Amino acid sequence: MGAIEGLTLGFGHALTLSNLGWALLGCFLGTAIGVLPGIGPALTIALLLPITFSVSATGAFILFCGIFYGAMYGGSTTSILLNTPGESGSIITALEGAKMAKNGRAGPALATSAIGSFIAGTVGTIGIAFLGPIVVELALKLGPAEYFMLMVLCFVTVSAVLGGSALRGLTSLGFGLLLGLVGVDLQTGQPRLTFGVPELLDGVNVVLVAVALFAVGETLYLAWRYIEGPVEVREVGRIMMSKSDWKRSFWPWIRGAGVGFPFGVMPTGGSEMPTMLSYYMERKMVKPEFAREFGTTGAIEGVAGPEAANNAAAAGVLVPMLTLGLPTSATAAIMLSAFQSYGIQPGPMLFTSQADLVWTLIASLFIANVMLVVLNLPLVGLWARILKIPQPQLYAGILVFATIGTYGISNSVIDLVLLYGIGIIAMFMRRFDFPVAPVIIGMILGPMAEQAMRQALTISQGDWTVFVTRPISLVILLIAVTALIGPRLYAAWLRRLA
Amino acid sequence: MPHGTARRGPDLAAALFVLAVGLLAAWQTAIIPPSPIYAQVGPKFVPALIAAVLLVLGAGLTIVALRRGWSQDIEELQDAAPLNLRALGLLLAGLLANLVLIEPLGFTIAASAQFVLVAAAFGSRAILRNLVIAFIVSLSAYGLFVKGLGVNIGAGVVESLIFGAPF
Repeated sequence: MGAIEGLTLGFGHALTLSNLGWALLGCFLGTAIGVLPGIGPALTIALLLPITFSVSATGAFILFCGIFYGAMYGGSTTSILLNTPGESGSIITALEGAKMAKNGRAGPALATSAIGSFIAGTVGTIGIAFLGPIVVELALKLGPAEYFMLMVLCFVTVSAVLGGSALRGLTSLGFGLLLGLVGVDLQTGQPRLTFGVPELLDGVNVVLVAVALFAVGETLYLAWRYIEGPVEVREVGRIMMSKSDWKRSFWPWIRGAGVGFPFGVMPTGGSEMPTMLSYYMERKMVKPEFAREFGTTGAIEGVAGPEAANNAAAAGVLVPMLTLGLPTSATAAIMLSAFQSYGIQPGPMLFTSQADLVWTLIASLFIANVMLVVLNLPLVGLWARILKIPQPQLYAGILVFATIGTYGISNSVIDLVLLYGIGIIAMFMRRFDFPVAPVIIGMILGPMAEQAMRQALTISQGDWTVFVTRPISLVILLIAVTALIGPRLYAAWLRRLA
Repeated sequence: MPHGTARRGPDLAAALFVLAVGLLAAWQTAIIPPSPIYAQVGPKFVPALIAAVLLVLGAGLTIVALRRGWSQDIEELQDAAPLNLRALGLLLAGLLANLVLIEPLGFTIAASAQFVLVAAAFGSRAILRNLVIAFIVSLSAYGLFVKGLGVNIGAGVVESLIFGAPF
């Protein structure tokens, strides 16, 4: 099905009252949790996973995607008004945005990021609609060997290419892969890594791990370094952008969207790189008369570009998720496990076997974007008020929800012990700069990778060369190896030159 | 460099912890019973591979830690506040309280106790006010999950009184 045909079908389903309701609820929740420091979309979607037992798949995914997009909008509000970025993608926004707020220009900064997010989100969603079917076309030609290699590539890029260190990134991934292995091996029926605890035969629950990493670990780390004191929230003021603001924002929005989307599509799984790239680009391309605003009073270009890049990258992440079943961010990984709980296997078949679901979802993304820009511009004062929830009650509340979300899985205290145990490990991971996203991605993608590898080897009758003799598989393997050692070789080469 | 060595200790501990996880994985892999049915790739292969990778990574981290460590390169830590034992202790006490109370007394009471201790950890001393907020937050969380999301959470004393007996 082509994009136009698909979108026609999708909008037909998405414009029903119940689906619009799910989108609105998702956008509202997403913006709220995006604004609140300490919780993000991955945690929220994990806590809401039980909804998959009582709501149709379409409704649930519209809700989840609304949360996903909404969190990107909300994140910028926190960066600008509080100067503490909640998500990695809005770190760059805080650079110029907080400075603008300090100089009484919080309103225009919030407006340019909301409108930029809208433009980039729309461009990104158009990208999903047109690129998706093409990727599916290609993906249908891939066998288990190629799939396994794609997953290996995904593992390498999310853990070793970005972030401080390949050693620590891969260690996080390994920890996630171990957690994914716990339980009965589906192919041979043997218990693995259960330490003889019967509760572990079913495996470790993804929700539990997500909550441990994103809620318990974060809160523990905050307490570790906690200094008491009131938090300063900047006033919003007038949100109107002047004519000059519009002119200065327009091209950064477009350029940011252009940079962000491809980065999201590629399995690099981060919004740090595109937002940073957009920031430096705008800094270079800014008109000379505004150049001195960068780093001093805050330049609107430095908010518009990175915010657009952040949202376009977020949209891009949905392409490999929907077409290949490859999650490249923690949130996408949680959504993947939601698909699994419906018994739907994301991957190329999704576009044919679940065409209604996919196209309704994509159409809902367009609708969500419109809702979000409306929710975020006139209502920005409301979100700013959410920021005034005092920290003690906020974190105490987050832990209440963390506990109930985990205890609800099977009413077992053992789950809570695991939750707090993994939370303490997550606290130390935070302290020693081990990234947490690879844990979730490894845990969810690991068992799928093992299955693909076993299928490939069963087809080849145990011949391991299948991974290097099939040309596409070999190419993906080479890309993965390059991604792993390329940056290190390059750095070593630079050092030799210096 | 005495300053450098002082900072290396924690990194070394983290590296050794990774090694320990690798060893734990290797031990658990070794005791996986052999597969009763034929499989091209048995149940042990992937766990063994990951255990080996973790051991190699742990060894790598140990070498880095012994050389100069990596913590001194983490920007965030340069001007980070010192360990706040009181906050961390109160927070852990909150988690423990929840763990102990949730089975005998039910979610709402356990979560309220946790809420008050966590809020205290972050510097809020208005215990009575927090208790009221805690009670409202926990009870609405319970209502949302049980009635809204259809999650089964056993009813304790308070829940039975308000929402009726569970069965």
